[in-house]
Order: sequence, then structure tokens, then C-alpha cells
Amino acid sequence: MERQVSEPAPLKHDILQAKRANRRAIKDKLTQLGVSLGGIMVFVALLLIFFYLLYVIKPIFASASVTPAANITLPKSESEVLMVGSDELHHIMYRVTEDAAVDFVNVAKQQVSHQQLPVPDGVSIVSSARSMPSQQLFAFGLSNGQVLLGNVDFSVSYPNNQRVVSPNIRYPLGAPLLTVANEQQPLNQLAFAYNKQRLSFIYLDATQHWQLLRMDGEENLLTEEVEWQSSKAQLPDTPTHVTSQLVTPDQQQALLLSTNKAFVYDVKDASNVSLLQVLNLERAHAKVTDFELLAGASSVLVSYSDGVVAQYFQVNSDSGRRYQFIRQFTHLGKIDDLASEYYRRSFATVADDGTLKLLYTTSERELLAEKLPLQHVRALAFSPRADALIAETADSLRLYAVSNAHPEVSWSALWQKVWYEGYPEPQYVWQSTSGSDDFEAKLSLTPLAFGTLKAALYAMLFATPIALAGAIYTAYFMSARIRSVVKPTIEIMEALPTVILGFLAGLWLAPLVESHLPGLLLLLILEPIAVLSVAFAWSKAPAVVKQWLPDTYQELLLIPVVCVVAWLSFSLSPLVELWLFHGDSRLFITNTLGLSFDQRNALVVGIAMGFAVIPTIFSIAEDAIFSVPRHLSNGSLALGATPWQTLTRVVLLTASPGIFSAVMMGLGRAVGETMIVLMATGNTAIMDWSIFQGMRTLAANIAVEMPESAIGSSHYRVLFLAAFVLFLFTFVFNTIAELVRQRLRERYSSL
Amino acid sequence: MGRWFKSGSPWIWMTGSAVSVSLIAVLGLLLLIAWRGLSYFWPATIYQWQMQDDAGKAYTLIGEIHDQEQVPVERLTAAGYHFDDDSGEFITRYLVKTGNREFVSLDFRWILASNIISRSAPENVAVFERSKNGNFYGVPQRVLENGKEIASDDVATVLEQHIARAVALNEQAVDLQKHDIGAINYQMERLRLKSRKYELNNELTDARKAELAAEQQTLQQQYQQLEQQLFALRADAARDAVVVKDMRGQDVTLSLDTVLDATYVNRLSTMQKLATWFSRVGHFVSDEPREANTEGGVFPAIFGTVFMVLLMAVIVTPFGVIAAVYLHEYAHKGWLTRIIRIAVINLAGVPSIVYGVFGLGFFVYMLGGSIDRLFYPEALPSPTFGSPGMLWSALTLAILTLPVVIVSTEEGLSRIPASVRQGSLALGATKAETLYRIILPMASPAIMTGLILAVARAAGEVAPLMLVGVVKLAPNLPVDMNFPFVHLERKFMHLGFHIYDVGFQSPNVEAARPLVYATSFLLVTVIVTLNLTAISVRNHLREKYRSLEN
Repeated sequence: MERQVSEPAPLKHDILQAKRANRRAIKDKLTQLGVSLGGIMVFVALLLIFFYLLYVIKPIFASASVTPAANITLPKSESEVLMVGSDELHHIMYRVTEDAAVDFVNVAKQQVSHQQLPVPDGVSIVSSARSMPSQQLFAFGLSNGQVLLGNVDFSVSYPNNQRVVSPNIRYPLGAPLLTVANEQQPLNQLAFAYNKQRLSFIYLDATQHWQLLRMDGEENLLTEEVEWQSSKAQLPDTPTHVTSQLVTPDQQQALLLSTNKAFVYDVKDASNVSLLQVLNLERAHAKVTDFELLAGASSVLVSYSDGVVAQYFQVNSDSGRRYQFIRQFTHLGKIDDLASEYYRRSFATVADDGTLKLLYTTSERELLAEKLPLQHVRALAFSPRADALIAETADSLRLYAVSNAHPEVSWSALWQKVWYEGYPEPQYVWQSTSGSDDFEAKLSLTPLAFGTLKAALYAMLFATPIALAGAIYTAYFMSARIRSVVKPTIEIMEALPTVILGFLAGLWLAPLVESHLPGLLLLLILEPIAVLSVAFAWSKAPAVVKQWLPDTYQELLLIPVVCVVAWLSFSLSPLVELWLFHGDSRLFITNTLGLSFDQRNALVVGIAMGFAVIPTIFSIAEDAIFSVPRHLSNGSLALGATPWQTLTRVVLLTASPGIFSAVMMGLGRAVGETMIVLMATGNTAIMDWSIFQGMRTLAANIAVEMPESAIGSSHYRVLFLAAFVLFLFTFVFNTIAELVRQRLRERYSSL
Repeated sequence: MGRWFKSGSPWIWMTGSAVSVSLIAVLGLLLLIAWRGLSYFWPATIYQWQMQDDAGKAYTLIGEIHDQEQVPVERLTAAGYHFDDDSGEFITRYLVKTGNREFVSLDFRWILASNIISRSAPENVAVFERSKNGNFYGVPQRVLENGKEIASDDVATVLEQHIARAVALNEQAVDLQKHDIGAINYQMERLRLKSRKYELNNELTDARKAELAAEQQTLQQQYQQLEQQLFALRADAARDAVVVKDMRGQDVTLSLDTVLDATYVNRLSTMQKLATWFSRVGHFVSDEPREANTEGGVFPAIFGTVFMVLLMAVIVTPFGVIAAVYLHEYAHKGWLTRIIRIAVINLAGVPSIVYGVFGLGFFVYMLGGSIDRLFYPEALPSPTFGSPGMLWSALTLAILTLPVVIVSTEEGLSRIPASVRQGSLALGATKAETLYRIILPMASPAIMTGLILAVARAAGEVAPLMLVGVVKLAPNLPVDMNFPFVHLERKFMHLGFHIYDVGFQSPNVEAARPLVYATSFLLVTVIVTLNLTAISVRNHLREKYRSLEN
């Protein structure tokens, strides 16, 4: 046909017509092109959703990367390096050595400024200590019993709209020096912790006793000066060869490391210092080389000589909170130094061959392993925002830019049990936000997926029998006239906004179910009995009565019966409650059955979401049963089978793929339903199959948390992952259902 | 009996009962919503109870019966109540709405039938609908004008006149505030953005600065004038007051600028009640919400829903129709068509919240963010299109409802007999001409059906909108008198979200619940009507083509 039109006009004088024909052909082509493009757009839209979700999710599984940013040579220092670090944007790096010298490096200008801290003449430095990285504090123990306590501070100013960072050393106590031991004793093996109200030191005195000095500050409201009150104590039962020591930042505990044992002291109260626990860190064929606190200061990281780092934290046990082995990371090489981040639970190790590894504790991820020129590193540290690493090796400071955006998410952390700090055992936890700063987000999708399946399961349990039975009756036994009214009526329910179903479920059904629980039970028992007795009575009824209501209107008989039974069971509910449950069925459930009872529970969700799913299943299943060719059932009936036999042996079997696809579609809808679950459950992420408890589903969780999550954060991306999981769930269900239906259609066309 | 079971007849009855249950559920649900929603507007009788508490102290309650239930005596005894032995196994408990929120701690309270001495419905009790603190129940004593009592035998008439005056003044004030002052605020904001734009482009010369400052000056002056007018109107509205005796027996003075209406409910005849009912329905549909959405009307929500849905319809129709035409008229039977069909089915099955997530990430943050950087750099860092809004909601719902339009249109196309197409082609029309002149006009009712169904679906969808543009209270409608008149970047209110928000997020759920039923009824009415229309259009279409085929 197209050819016909585009053929040149036969007559010469008909050029005009030829032009028109040409134009028509072009228009035809254009339309075809436009329509085809438009059709493919639908497919593109689906692909776009799929790939956009993937695009947002992808970074959380990406590993970290480091790139060298600077390498600056420092003045030579004979002594060991105490700490290195940088300011927020790593424009300035610093190094503090154990001879109380500080070097600041301006990265852009490659300038180094050297500074010696004020150690009195004739006094030598006998020990040094540093705080958690986030405080950037250091302390030197002197031979005269004094301590030099300072911190590295960066002040930012904006002269002429230009950001200028100036580094300096501040002394938190005002004066640099603080007398700790009066007796002019050297402070060997110092450790300390400081905050604005309190200061603690532990040290080994000349008599080989471990001492605790506690200073409590009180701010004078008028002068705003802090007055310090000191108290002293001696640590009892201390080991002899202490290789490392620390005080936790909350100043509740002091830890001493002696060969393969860690001694944990309770130093909460200086007048009552006691040994809490002797923690055995023994590992076969390995020695403990160092221990360090992880960010948040709840965990201790113990490094071993065979390239293992083990994490310990306190777990509630019968004898109180005790440190316990949690997990370990292996194959880290001979570890030269270990650095932990300021806020997240990441740490980095450098082996003596220069291999840098980035690890995250709770997700148990090794994010990076890269060989860098970092042999014999003397100190390693993260920048405050964890976007850079600073390493000191052979008197030069190296700066590496680190990109490590989502270390806390891993496949195992999302789906398996994770042992979080402070929890008694590994658990599935979803807890995305909290008020506290060093809170670690717990992003396990398992409880949410569980909640989704639980809600869907209870909904299907309720909806499938009713919807399928209804579909069977409507398609096979109902007269055409009634069917043309009943079918659209039930299908209207599909159009009901789920927000209304959710609202009714939460505010009307949930209190009703709570107060009429026995009634619901009664309804479940009475309903079939009533229907069967009416049916039996009908079969025995005299013909006069039967004539009064023709055969095809039988179903109308059931509507008043169902109504009456429902009304009866609910009005009998309080009486049943009195007889069986002492007047309060809720108390009966919690006290006698020992189940906890939420008002908005799985039962309510099951019923409410069941109603949302019934029309979906009903409509597709009814179509499938109705389109079974009539000659099949007629043949069966002609051979003497009863209608019921014909139904179960012929019709249902033939329609079974369609019924299957209906159930799949229903399941897909139940899995993705948001508003009903959001409004009809308590939205607590618990994992419990109990029908009297609520749940939190993937969809409801997205609806609740998405508006508040920061764009680009791990939380944001994990919520996208949750959406992607939902997408996949329904994709699988729908595709299977559609393929089955397509095959079914082919089969019928051959029948 | 055994034979009866063998015949399978009981199972048939059981399947029949499933249909009955479904039908009862649908109709019951609709009736429940309709009953609760419509009775919200019915002026309820105000009762006065003489009560006596357990300690024997007598007191009076005035209010409406909100709910009642039967409670087992056993449970109440366990909760610490004392009863005579002859009170039976159950006792009636009433939930009474007493209003007067600022004077009593709870505006709803449960009372036990055993504590009631007597109940009456006095004719001189009135209910005051107020713009703050909810309803007030009491007996109006006298009306004060400028603090002086107006001598009159008929308090009701005087009260009515004065309330009408105050309400009119208040309306003027609101009008002034919303339109005139709102316009000035809008212009000032535009001035600020203009100046920022010049600054960004390094074009902010001194001359321009002076020009802008002058403009600002004029606006400021206008603003002050209008503000004075506004204050004058408000003061005038607050001129009068009414003294009401409440259930504690105390005289309370209510300033009339907070009173919206006073009704002597117990004096009304049924016809008058009906009139009140209609006027309340009218107010509900046309008024702005008050008191954190728990009272007043839902007009902004209706407007937001309708506008968003229309915008969505404009977007979705061409795409849906083109896709359906492609699938039915142009596509060859092959893997691509098969994949597209599966894509359509999947688009229909993807949970709506996933569309919301996609819309938020792709439309709002990615597209909107880019638009902001390109076209609205002067407003940054506060986003213009880079935050949830009307346009993005409409787009998101357009993708969501695309399959609805496709499926419906395709069904319409498949009902057009092949002979019609062949006839057109045989007469020499091109395929495109056949499409434009014959097929699309014939399929237009089917397209219409698809569109109606899409609109119905979109109107009830809430979950994705919570991410891409709905708010509980939008200060401005997306359409107003300020240039460019249609503000697609604005957030909007939505009936479905209104239900969720008021029913679950409001502090006083008990007071708000009837309003939620009313809103639900409104939404259900719209959606069911749309669906029924679609069904009837479709049925009509089927009939038409059946006759064509024969």
C-alpha cells in the first residue's frame, strides 16, 4: 500500500498531485517513526528506573581508593613520632615527635615551620601520650613530675573572603605545665584523658606503682575560671611488664597491656579503683604488638605480630559488662601502625612492606589493599573528615587523598547478623538515626524484608481463599446478569485509595479488633457453620420455597446470613470474653499466652491489606476461569460428572496457570503496598511471626525515612537499595505471572 | 447428608459465601465512610447532663455524644470503679465532646451511665464554632458592643447580626493579607533575587542598586499602608463580644473576631438542620483548614489534588496513546514487542513508593538540581525546582499511570474491526491517515476511559507524593495572581495525604477523626464516580462496536 502511494504520478501534468503524494508519504514515515519511538519509550522508562536505582546504589559497594596528594620533607628527627594529623580540609599537616617538637606543614606552599614546646631546662622527657584522634591532644611526662599537656588547634579566618587556616598549639589548662607528682618523680609510661570538666592521668611512678591522678574541674560562674580539684589513687594488682596503656575518653576505665593480657581497671571513682577484668588476648604463635581505641571509644583494636587485628568490646554478661572478642581481620602483614577514623568505625593499617589496608569493623569489609611507598611508617592518621591519610616515613610527611564514602555498608552487614557495639549478641538491626554524634547507623535490611514478607503473608492468607472462592463462584456458577453487577463492584475496591483503607485499618479496625477479639474468633467459626446449615436447609426446603427464589439468586440468600452472623458474633463478643477470658482478652493474651500485643498488629494489616489484594486476585482469576472453553465443562457434565467435579477436575486444572498468575500479581501488590502498612502497624522493625505484633516493611520504611535522609549519604543509598529490592521482588512476580498468562493464552487459542 | 456432601453442593455454597463476604466488605466499607463522613456535618443535639461522681459530688456537663459502648462491669471494677451489685454485667459508656478546650483539660471525656442523674436538651444552649480552640458550648447571656451590653430580649438575633459583621470584617482582613500583602511580599522576594542575579553576573552597578533600593522603598511603603489597614480591620472585628455561661456555671466572654458561627442546635427543625448541613458541607469544600488541619475546610487540598491530576493527565495522555498505538498498530510480533509488553505489565506492578524514590532521586535532585544551577542560580542555595514540588509530582504520577492509559487504549484499538482499517487503506489512505482520521477518533472513548482511570488512580495515590511534593500545609496555592501565575515548583496539599496527616500525625486524633472521615468520603466519592464513569464509557463502547461487527 505504501508503495502505491509513493509511486510517481503517471501523468506529467499531475506534478502537483505527485508532490502531495510525496508529502503524504513523508508524513506517513514520520508518523511511523514517531509512534515507534514513543512505543519504545515505555521500555526505556522501565530501563531508566532500573538503571537509575542501580546508579544511586552502586557507590555503596564500591571499594575505597587513595591517591597521593603531597610529599613534603621535614627536618630530621632522631626521636620517635608521637602523632601526625591535619586540619579539616588538610591544608595544613602536622607532626609531633617525642622530643616535644612540632612541625607544621603548609601543603600548598610546601612550607615547614618547626616549633619546640616549652620543656623547662634541665628536665628531660620520659614519656608521651596522645588522645583519641578527634581531640588532637598530646601529653609529655617529664622527669620532674610535671606534665606538658597541649593540643593542636587550627583557627580559621576569612580576611578578604579568603579562607586562611593558622595552626597553633593551645594549652587546655591555660598553662602548658601541670604538676602531677609532687615528689619530683619522673612520670614513666603516661596515659591520659581530658574533657572540660575532668582530667585523668595514669603513670608508672619511680617505685614501680601505677598511679591515677584525677582532676575534677568546676567552673566558677562569675569569673568563668575553672578550679581543679585533684584526687589520687593507686591501681591495684598491676602487671609488671606493661607495654602499652590507655585511659578511655569517658574516663571510666584504664587499660594496661602486659604481654598477652590486658588489665581493665574501673577508674570511674578515684576513691574506689578496682580491677574489673583481666582480658586474655592470647593467640597461638603470635604476640600482641599494640592496642588502640576505635572511634567512639567503645572498642579496643588489638594488633598481633602475625598480621591480625582483633576487635574487642564490652558485652553484658552475668558478671557485668566485660570485654569480649568480637571479630578479627587477618592477612594484614606485619603491622607498622594502625590509625582509626575520627567518627566512623573505619581503621587503616600499614604493613612494613608499605601495604596500606582500609578496613571497616562492623561491616567486616576490606575496602582497600594497595602497596604504597610507605615502608617503615612511624605514624599514620586520618584527616578529620576521613578524606585523607597522613603518614610519616623517613622524615617526610605524605598526604593521600582517600575516597571512602560508604564503608559501613556491605552485603553481609545488610543481610546477615551483625554484632554491633553494646549489643549482647549479633543481631539484625535497623536503626538509621539517633541523636548522638558517635552513633553508628545500623542498616540491616533483613528485619525490613522480614516485615514485608510477614505483612504480605498474612494478607495473602486472608485474601487468597476469599478471592479465589469468589472468583470460582462468580465465573462458574453465577448467572450472567448478576455477574455483570458483582464483578465491577468488587473491582471498584481496587480503585479505593489505599490511604483510606489504611486510615480505616488504623483508626477504626484496630481498636475494633482489640476490643472484639473473641468476636472475630467467633465469626471465623460461626460463618462456615451458618453457611453450611443454610445450604443444607435449602436443599431440604420444599419446592414452594425454592420457587420463590430462583436458582440463580441463591447467592443473594447468603448476604443477609453473613451480615446476621457477623452482627451476632460481634454482639456476643463481650459475653464470650466474660466466659472464656475473664472479661479482658487482651490481658489473657499477654498474661496467659505470654504474647505481647500491639494494637496495630499483623492481624489488622492482614485484613486491611487482604481487602486491597482481593480485587487484584479476584479479577485475574475470574477472567482465567471464565475463559476456560465451555465445551470442556459441558463435555464433562455430559459424561455425568457433578458441577463440583467438573469444576475441580476440569475447569480449575485448565485455569490453574491463570490462577497462579493471579496469586503472583496479588503477592506483588501486597509486597509493595505502603500506606496500609504505614498506618496500620506500629512500624517497629522487629522480627517475630506473632500475629499480635506489628512490623516495619521496606515500603513503609522508605516512606518514613526518605524525606529526612541526606542526599548522597549511606542511609539515602541504602533506602534506594530497599526500593531496588522491592522493584526486583515485584519484577520477578509480575514477569512470571505475565509469562504464564501469555502461555495460557496460546494454549487456549489452540483449544 | 452424606450424599449431599458428596454432591459438592456445600462447597459451592461456601464459594458463594466468599462472594457475599467480598460484596459486603465493599459495600460496607463505602457505607461506613459515607455514614461517618456525612454525619460529621449534621448538627448534633447538645445535651446537658446532671452528673454525680463516685464521691457523690454533683456537676454539670454540656456537649455532644460522640460515641458510646458497652463495657463489662468486671473490667471497670478491675480499673478501680465501684458499682452497686444490681448494675448488671455491662454498663453503657458515652464519649462526650465538651469543647471549651481552654477551660477544661480534656475536650473529650468518657462518662458512665451509672453516674448520670438526668439528661436534657435545653433550647437556649448554643454551639460556637471558633477559629481557635475548637467549639464552645454554653448558654449565651448577652452581647457586648464596645464593651457595653446591648439591651435586647432576643439574644439570638443580636448575636447573629454581630457575628455576621465580625465574620465579614475578618474575611476582608484575610483577603487583604493573602492577596495584597502576599503580592507585595512576592515582589520583594523577586527584587532580592534580581539584585542577587546582577551580583552574580557582576552587573550590580550603583545605578542599578539605587533603582532596586527605590523600588524596595515603594514596596515597603505600600506594605506599611496595607498593614495598617489590616490592623484596623482586625481591631474592628474584635469590637464586639458575647458573654456565655459555660457548663461550670461561669460567664465567659468570647471576642467575636474568633467566633465563626453560633447555632442554637436544639431549636432547629429538621429542615433547618438540613440547611445547616448543606452550609457546613459548603464550608468544608471551600474553606481553608484551621488549627493544624484538624478543623475548617479542605479547599487547598482539593485544589492541589485536582491541579496535580490534570497536569499529570496532560503529560500522560500523549505518551500512553502513542505507546498503545505502537503496540497495536505498528509493532511486529517479535521479541521487542514482547519485551515492551512485559515492561508495561511491570510498570503497572512496580510499587508506587518505588516511583516516589525514583522521582525524588531522578526528577527532583538530578533534573531539578540541574535546572536550578542553569536557570535559577540567584536563588541558590535555596532550591527552586531542586526540591519536591507540583511538576515533579505530576511527572512521577504520569509514569505511574502510563500503563493504565496504554492498556485501556490498546483494548479500545483491538475492538475496532479490522474491516474498518482495511476499508480505509483500500481507498488509498496511508497508514498515518488511517490512524489520524479513522482509528484515533474511533478509539477516543477508549482513550477517555484510560485517562479517567489514570486520573482516578493518581488521585488516590499518596505514597510517592510524600517523597516528591506533598506537604501538610502549603502557604500558597500553585496558582495565584502573581506573575507567572502558575507556580509548578511549589509544594501542594493533597486529599490523600491530608487523610494520613490529620488521622495519624495530629495531636488530637479524637477531635480530628470525623474530619478525616469527611475527607475520605470526598475522595472516595470522586474516585468511585470516576471509575463508574470509565466503566460506563467502556461498556457503551463495547456495545457500539458489537453492532459494528455484525
